[in-house]
Amino acid sequence: MTGTLLEVRGLSAGYGESQVLDGVSFGMGVEAVGILGRNGMGKTTLCATLMGLVRPSAGEVLLTGQRIDGKSPEHIARSGISYVPQGRRLFPSLTVDEHLAMLAKGTKGKRWTPKAVYELFPRLADRKGSSGGALSGGEQQMLAVGRALLLNGSLVLMDEPSEGLAPTIVDVLVEAVHHLVSEGTAVLVVEQKLRAATAMAERQLIMVSGRIQAESTASELLANPDLQRRYLGVGSAVDAGEHPLEPQQNRTV
Amino acid sequence: MADTSIQSARHDVARRLPGLVVPLVLALAVLWVLFLARGTPAEPAVRDPGRFAVTLLDGITSAGLFFVVASGFTLIFGLMRTVNMAHGSLFLLAGFTAISLQQAMVGKTRNIAPADVSLVSWIVPLLAAAALAAVLGVLLQQVFLRWNQGQELRQALITIAISVVLADQMLRQFGGLAKTMVWPGAVSHFIEIFGERYATSRLFMLAVAVVVGVALWLWLTKTRMGMVIRAGVDDEPMVRALGINVTLVFAVTFFVGAFLAGAGGVMGASFAGVATGKDGDWLLNSLVVVIIGGLGSIKGAVAGSLLYGLVVAFSPAYLPTQYTFYAVILSFVLLALVLAVRPYGLYGRPA
Ligand SMILES: Nc1ncnc2c1ncn2[C@@H]1O[C@H](COP(=O)(O)OP(=O)(O)OP(=O)(O)O)[C@@H](O)[C@H]1O
Ligand SMILES: [Mg+2]
Repeated sequence: MTGTLLEVRGLSAGYGESQVLDGVSFGMGVEAVGILGRNGMGKTTLCATLMGLVRPSAGEVLLTGQRIDGKSPEHIARSGISYVPQGRRLFPSLTVDEHLAMLAKGTKGKRWTPKAVYELFPRLADRKGSSGGALSGGEQQMLAVGRALLLNGSLVLMDEPSEGLAPTIVDVLVEAVHHLVSEGTAVLVVEQKLRAATAMAERQLIMVSGRIQAESTASELLANPDLQRRYLGVGSAVDAGEHPLEPQQNRTV
Repeated sequence: MADTSIQSARHDVARRLPGLVVPLVLALAVLWVLFLARGTPAEPAVRDPGRFAVTLLDGITSAGLFFVVASGFTLIFGLMRTVNMAHGSLFLLAGFTAISLQQAMVGKTRNIAPADVSLVSWIVPLLAAAALAAVLGVLLQQVFLRWNQGQELRQALITIAISVVLADQMLRQFGGLAKTMVWPGAVSHFIEIFGERYATSRLFMLAVAVVVGVALWLWLTKTRMGMVIRAGVDDEPMVRALGINVTLVFAVTFFVGAFLAGAGGVMGASFAGVATGKDGDWLLNSLVVVIIGGLGSIKGAVAGSLLYGLVVAFSPAYLPTQYTFYAVILSFVLLALVLAVRPYGLYGRPA
């Protein structure tokens, strides 16, 4: 870990009566970190709470030493966390170009401009005029990432970016994550697919029932089926299938 | 096995029935108006094209006014899920205010003739009164609604309360008599259509509505603020998670929505006059239009205004004479037919 970019201490949150996050603690620097966990373990709730979309009931979140817990989503986003949500959440009423144009103000002279996004994902450049809903799953994910990058934040938070995508598209995303980290942008990526998760980040936190239960590394997890079985409920070897953690998931390109 | 297939077949028919009935009703209505109408105030269109043309124009020009008012209502609802029950009050307030301003500009309080009214003494009161409605709308949103964002019922009740207070204050300020804004002389002529006289002021009103519609469309499609509003209609929390300050966007949207109510109020005051109670009528008109078109959709407001305008214009002319009393009910038949086929309105989406 290189310095502390994000520090989460005892973060708890939930919906109404039901508590989902139960004291999540971890820290990260400018690096790629994965959070692995099965369905319903609270991964998305953690992302939403970090973004201020769900109010924490206890705990602290610090971004470069500043408290951001309890702040509004717009404040948190402008403090430097770029959010790529689960399911992409594109805007069906906007075209590809409008998704980026809407956020282009203030990007001039910064690393990420709409032009730079199109250079990173040339496939998007061909679909500028299409509406968000008319894109393939892969293109949608590229747009969701590109849109987040325009915030030029210090940390990109991705929630299951590989969900429902073909391996070739996942490879494009993996490459984008490595590229970001090499340029000094941190990436926190939530996954439940071991293959995608370990390709994106070496350091892996394992989430079980609203807590970070263990910390591991990509190599350790890949080499140790016992670990996989214990924390992730995987019986089979990783390379036996694309979806070792969620075999029944359906997939589109 | 047999049972379930019969049931599903029955279900299928029930589901498809509106899809069959609606085109049939539409086709019958068109046939009736064009060829068949008997015992109606107007002869069938083939025999009296003048009356038909005038009725059609009446429908389209009314639709223009419906659109201006309802687009403001639907804009606010689409982005903020706020049902602004005071929309009609803003309409009425702007109408009364513009009339007073026009009287001041013309220098007469009664018997103003179109010849006394220059284009300026119509447009300036319109802009000023609509701006007043807009400012009041923003105040209403900032002072009362902001804190209850997301609580739709509470917001609806607050705006009902405000509309009651405003109605009372307007009665005190402007009195209980109907008042009319006077069209500028330059647009108050008559033209001849198939031998019928038609007021150019109505065509002018339609032109104003088209200008408003085009401006609104350009704003929503070509500007950054417009993109943010459309994105916010789709998924407001996501817009915030992208670092956009929606508080400002909400205020601007309320400003524009209330401005449209006010502009519509001035157009309505010129077209049919305003009086106590018109606030409720115009809230109802807006509701009907946006329910037909789909809550939150500007395209829907265009379609809903046209359909509603046409039904309102055609039903008194082409219903059999002894039934013209029921013309108003036809608007609700329209509503029911549309909702039977599209429960969220023509362009609406489930929330
Ligand atoms: N908006 C909500 N309201 C109420 N409960 C919710 C809400 N969202 C999630 N939950 C519940 O919180 C728990 C954690 O859900 P969460 O979406 O955070 O899990 P996840 O790890 O992201 O799962 P997945 O892998 O399916 O995305 C689940 O039991 C879920 O039912
Ligand atoms: Mg999730």
